[in-house]
Amino acid sequence: MVGSIRFEGVKKTFHTVTGETVNALSGVDLEIEKGKFVCLIGPSGCGKSTMLRILAGLDKPTEGSVYIDDEKVKKPDCDRGLVFQDPNLFPWLNIYDNVAFGLKVRKLYKERSADISEYMELVGLKGFEKSYPHQLSGGMCQRASLARALIGHPKALLLDEPLGALDAFTRMNMQDELLRIKAEKDMTMIMVTHDVDEAVYLADKIVVMTPRPAKIEKVIDVDLHQPRDRNNPEFIRLRSEILKILDFAGKEPEVEYNI
Amino acid sequence: MKILRPLLPLLSLAAAEIVAFAVPDSPLHQPAKHPYFAVLLIIAVAVYFIAATAIYFKNRNNSAAEKPVFYRGPFLAGVILFLNLLNIFTVKTALFPVLYFPALDRVFGTLFEDRTLILKCIGFSMGILLKGVAGGLIIGFFMGIAIGFSKAAEYWINPLIRILGPIPSTAWIPILLVVFSEARSASSFIIGISVWFPTVVLTSSGIANVKNSYFEVSSTLGAGQLQKIFRIGVPAAMPSIFLGLFNGICGSFVALMTAEMIGAKYGIGWYVNWQKEMMAYSNVYAGLIVIAVMFYLVITVLFKIRDRVLGWQKGVIKW
Repeated sequence: MVGSIRFEGVKKTFHTVTGETVNALSGVDLEIEKGKFVCLIGPSGCGKSTMLRILAGLDKPTEGSVYIDDEKVKKPDCDRGLVFQDPNLFPWLNIYDNVAFGLKVRKLYKERSADISEYMELVGLKGFEKSYPHQLSGGMCQRASLARALIGHPKALLLDEPLGALDAFTRMNMQDELLRIKAEKDMTMIMVTHDVDEAVYLADKIVVMTPRPAKIEKVIDVDLHQPRDRNNPEFIRLRSEILKILDFAGKEPEVEYNI
Repeated sequence: MKILRPLLPLLSLAAAEIVAFAVPDSPLHQPAKHPYFAVLLIIAVAVYFIAATAIYFKNRNNSAAEKPVFYRGPFLAGVILFLNLLNIFTVKTALFPVLYFPALDRVFGTLFEDRTLILKCIGFSMGILLKGVAGGLIIGFFMGIAIGFSKAAEYWINPLIRILGPIPSTAWIPILLVVFSEARSASSFIIGISVWFPTVVLTSSGIANVKNSYFEVSSTLGAGQLQKIFRIGVPAAMPSIFLGLFNGICGSFVALMTAEMIGAKYGIGWYVNWQKEMMAYSNVYAGLIVIAVMFYLVITVLFKIRDRVLGWQKGVIKW
C-alpha cells in the first residue's frame, strides 16, 4: 500500500491587490501514514484548503515542501485525486464520459474501459451513464465526481469539503459511502471540513487548525472503531474537545441565585 | 378548431384560385405566359397536406406528440390570403404602381423561366460564401484559442483585433481591388473578415470565462496542456464560439451582397442589382425570394449543427 504524506515547514503567503501580505499558512509540519483517513478542521482562513491545494500541486508553497511516498510534489498529477465542494463535472460530457475522462487523457481507455462500470457501481450510479450533469441531483453529481477522481487509482484522495453543499441526510449517507469506498479501495484520504461531527465520525486522525496565524493547533488520534456510534461517550468527548480548541464550546451557564 | 385547421387553407386556396381565374387582369400589366401563381398555390397546399398526413401517421401511436395535426394550417391559410390580396392589388386592379409591383405570375414565372441563370448565381454565391466563412472561421477560431491561452498572443494580437476588427468589412473594398486580381477572391476575403472578427472575439472571451476549477480538476486527472485546451477549453467555450459564428454568418450575408456588387460576373446579389438597373422588378423580387430561402437554409444548417454539438446545454433556444 502506498500514499504516505509529509509536510515539511510549509509556508504560503499571498499578496493582495492592496499590497498587503497575507499569511495563508505559517509553517506546517505534518506526517500522515499511508491508508489513514485524515480530517483537517478549523474555521475559514485557517489554511486548510491551502494545505490541500499545495498537496494537490495546484499552488506552490512559498517555503518548505510536501512529499508523497518520499517524492516531492511539484505539479498536479493523477496520483492525487481531488474532489471539490462543487462537483465540477464537465457539463458537456455525460456521466460516463466524465468518469472516463482521466483514462482518456492518459490513453488508458482501451485497456481499462471495463473499470468505468465498476466505479459507476461503486459510487451507486449504475444506469445513469447517459445522463448529463444538469439532469442529476447535487448528491449524485458528487458521487460521479468521486468516481472520476478514483478511476485513476490515486495514492491519496483529497477532499475539499466534498459534502458541504449537500443536505443533512444525503450528507450522512455519503459519509458512510466514503468509509465503504476507503475500505474497498484502500488509499489515504485527506478531507477538509467545517463539521466537527463529520470529522469525528470519519477520521483516524483529526488535524485541528486555527487562523491568525494559520497553523496546526493540535493533532488528535481517534481510537474509535468503525463503524462509529455518534452517541458513544468517547465520540461526544472528542467532539467537545475539538470545539473547545476552536473556542466554540460556548460559555457555561452562570448560576443565578435568587433570594 | 380541429376541423378548421385543415379546412382553412383549403378555403383560402379556393378564394385565391377564384380570384386568379375568374377576375380579369388589368390591361396595364403585361400578361404572363402561364398561370404560375395559381399552380404554385395548388402545389404548395398539396405538399402541405401530404406532409401533414405523413406526420399524422408517424405520430399516430405517440400520444406525446408536441403539436396537433395541421398545426400550421391556419398559418398557411394566412399566407395564401396575403398573396391573394397582393394579387388583387397588383395584376387584378393595378392599384399599386405597375412598374414596381409586378404580377405574382411573373415573379414566380421568373424563378422558373430564368432558372439556369439563377442556379448558376446561387452556385457562385455559395462558393464565395463557403470559402469566406471557412477561412474566417478557422483563422478566428485558432486565433481566439491562442489569445485565450497565451499571454504573449494576447499581448501582440489583441490590440490588432481591436483596431482592425471594428472596420466594416466592406470598407476594405478599395484596397482589396488592388491586392486581389480576381473579384471572387476579394469577395471571399470580405466575407472572411466579417466572420473572423466576431469569431475571434467570442472564442477568446469564451475561453477566458471557463471556470478555472475545470482546468484544475483536469490537471489532477492527468491532462496535459494540449488536452486542457482541446478537451476542456474548447468544449466549455463552445456556446460562446457558436454565438460568434452566428453573428459572423449573419454579417457575412451583408458582406456577400455588397461584395457581389464590386465587379462580379455572377452571384445572386449581382443578379438583383443588375435586374434593378434593367427595371425588371419581377426578376428583382424573384432574386429576393431566392436570397431569403438560401440564407434561411444556411442558418438552419448552422442551428442543426449547434443542436447536435451543444445538446448538453440546458434550455437552448430552438430555431
